[in-house]
Parts: sequence; C-alpha cells; structure tokens
Amino acid sequence: MEKIYSKEQRQFELVEAKQETVQFLLNFSKSLEIIEAKGIQFEAMLN
Amino acid sequence: MEVKIGDPTLIKRYINGDERALAILINRHNQRISSFIYSKVNDRGITEDIFQDTFIKVIRTLKKGTYSEEGKFLPWVMRIAHNLIIDHFRKNRRMPMYQGSDSFNIFSVMGDDQLNAESQIIKDQIDSDLTNLIDELPADQRDVLIMRIYKDMSFKEISENTGVSINTALGRMRYALINLRKIISENDIVLTN
Repeated sequence: MEKIYSKEQRQFELVEAKQETVQFLLNFSKSLEIIEAKGIQFEAMLN
Repeated sequence: MEVKIGDPTLIKRYINGDERALAILINRHNQRISSFIYSKVNDRGITEDIFQDTFIKVIRTLKKGTYSEEGKFLPWVMRIAHNLIIDHFRKNRRMPMYQGSDSFNIFSVMGDDQLNAESQIIKDQIDSDLTNLIDELPADQRDVLIMRIYKDMSFKEISENTGVSINTALGRMRYALINLRKIISENDIVLTN
C-alpha cells in the first residue's frame, strides 16, 4: 500500500552559535588555568 | 592565497598557549556543530547552551593535556555534543515539558474541576429555584430543612433550637422533603444540571 507521509517533514536548518557565545568561550579559555601540583590537577579561574 | 591551517596544528598551538588558535577552531566548526545540535533539540536557546557546554569540555580537556585524538578533532567534539544532547533529554524526561503545536494542544485533553460558564449559570438557576420552592413550605418544616441542609446542624441541635423533640424535628424534615417533591412534580419543575 502506498505510504502517506502527511506528517510535516522537518527541514535541516543551518544554524550558528551567536558571536557572544563564542566570545564567552574564548574568555573562559583565557581565564582557565590548570595548575599541577604533586600529580594532581587544579583548575583556577584567573578573573 | 589563503593557507588553511589544519586542526591538529591549531590544537598544538592552542595547547602551547596560542588563544587565537581556539578562536579559529570554534569559528571553523561553529556551523556544523550548532546545526547538528539544532537538528536534535530543535530549539535555538538549548542549542546555544549545549554548544557552550561542549566547548567548555573541549577547553578543559585540551588545557589539562588529556586530549589524545589527533587528527580527529571534529568527530571528537561531535561526540561530546551528542552525549550532552542525550543528557539534556534525560534531564527533561524527569521533568517533562509539554509544548502545544498546531495539531495537538495539551489543554484539549486536560480540564480543571471548575464548572464552565454554562454549567455555572444552570447551577445558580437551580439553587435560586430551590430557594423559592423552600419558601413555599410551611414555616416549621422550612426552618428544620434550612437548619439541617444549609446550616448543617444535627437533629439534636435543631430540637434544642426549636424547642421540639428530636422525633418531631425528624418528622418535620420528612414532611418538608415530601412536600418539596410534591410541589416539584405538580409544577413540572426540572431541577437537574
């Protein structure tokens, strides 16, 4: 039997994360410092 | 001619402290990763959140020096995003949120206990009809009925209040109901909702 695809098909949409999200990530990266002491890693935010 | 620097080189540079390499990596893969997340969650805000969380994980891993998949940067980031999408849906299953669409609205199958406007008008009408009927009763029967039904008094309290015995109060209540039914049937009154 013929199939009826009456359900709305979702189009694949191209989207991009906002520039402010990207900027946040870059700032996060700049402020994140990993300190290693006696084999243990510590995260430090340099803000 | 623009020379495209490969992902492995950029990752090496970033690990060595070049923050600009990260900017290139994020901007290079932004659209592919965002579109992938959006195709699963179908919400721009959630896409931004998952994208952000994905790269926070990426940054942490790279800075800690635990990244080992050289040459396969994008698939690795996609896998992190994929896991975060699964986490998002798991979290939402515990707290389901229903969003209506054009074809289905949750409020068409859910109701509240309140009467709708029409039923409320009918109920008010019945209440006022009944009050008029009760006014037609003889005074002694009317008093007992009002005390019992509207004031919720016991027959003992009614007998104390009216100064008659409990049996007399019971008898008046019985006659009150019989008379009410008689008035209703004689006048063809319909008192149903």
